[in-house]
Amino acid sequence: MGPIVPLLNISNELNLLIAFVIGLGFGVALEQAGFSSSRKLAGMFYGYDTTVLKVFFTASITAMLGLIFLNYVGLIDLDIVYINEYYVYSSIVGGIIMGAGFIIGGFCPGTSFTAISIGKIDALWFILGSMIGIFIFGETYPLWEKLYMSSPLGPVKISTVLGIRDGYFALLLIVVASLMFWVGEMAEKKFKREDITNEI
Amino acid sequence: MENKVKKPKNYMNPYLAGILLGMVLLASFYLTGRGLGASGATRSVVVSAVSTIAPTHTANSAYFSKYTKENNPLKSWLVLEIAGVIIGGFISGAYAGRLKLKVEHSPKITPRKRIVMASIGGLLFGFGSQLGRGCTSGAALTGMSVLSLAGFVTMMAIFGTAFALAYFFKNNWI
Repeated sequence: MGPIVPLLNISNELNLLIAFVIGLGFGVALEQAGFSSSRKLAGMFYGYDTTVLKVFFTASITAMLGLIFLNYVGLIDLDIVYINEYYVYSSIVGGIIMGAGFIIGGFCPGTSFTAISIGKIDALWFILGSMIGIFIFGETYPLWEKLYMSSPLGPVKISTVLGIRDGYFALLLIVVASLMFWVGEMAEKKFKREDITNEI
Repeated sequence: MENKVKKPKNYMNPYLAGILLGMVLLASFYLTGRGLGASGATRSVVVSAVSTIAPTHTANSAYFSKYTKENNPLKSWLVLEIAGVIIGGFISGAYAGRLKLKVEHSPKITPRKRIVMASIGGLLFGFGSQLGRGCTSGAALTGMSVLSLAGFVTMMAIFGTAFALAYFFKNNWI
């Protein structure tokens, strides 16, 4: 029965080793997908490379179906699995600021670590910038506290909001993602440009 | 010398890479009850640096004091996970022949401009990830997998904004 670490009282040292091993897999998956390149990531927003869309939604659906399946066969207790808490305004405003950071900087935090690992110097600057951004948020927190804490809805699920079962939502997401993949494949043909593999 | 003319291996098929990433994420849920993260590791390093330099100031800070328990970054789960990401990325890049020190930039901009833009983008992303309680990994990808509404909202805000602003930054990429 999972999750293993909270249920079996795993020692902190072993838990940290698990963190490292999971990170290895995370890093290999991101680098193999091509997320160590900012120009490949940014391709998403100009249509010439929609790898981000394909990897992101395939990964999310894979994990979602896995969780539903493991729960169905009794291998995981979903009550113990962490569900992100929803604070209406901070999620939206935080997301908008991150989106601006994405198109300007070309990375998100996870991909910047993958890019630095193969020697991208621009990723190092992105990471240094994000440290400063976090520092500024912490130092100016009283200014944002009201926004940060407003409208807490708790760990609410999208399936609950829509009033459907988790499995049906997963099915709906698969249909929507398949349509988006189709649009993505079309976009890559329409906005095709010369191969930049040698430049990245 | 031979390495210099050798072409790097192709990237993995994106759908296959997505399944691989999804399996890693699922393993994280099964083993620990939580998904993946990235900006939390950066915060852990920032908090420990600030509290080493100015411990009283950090203890009095309404935000940083929430995280001083994870004072030693070598004992933070996310920091160890990100150490794994860096080594995993290195192994994958070495295998594929992609290891190279460089500033990756569009031929239309200078390396210096790329570095300035990367720093500004990082600053915004760092700030936004604190306000939004997590980044693309911890809030959007992980959140969506557990069907959290916050995950879907954060994902749409990040990608929607990047699409909306893409026109203004076209020369930086194409």
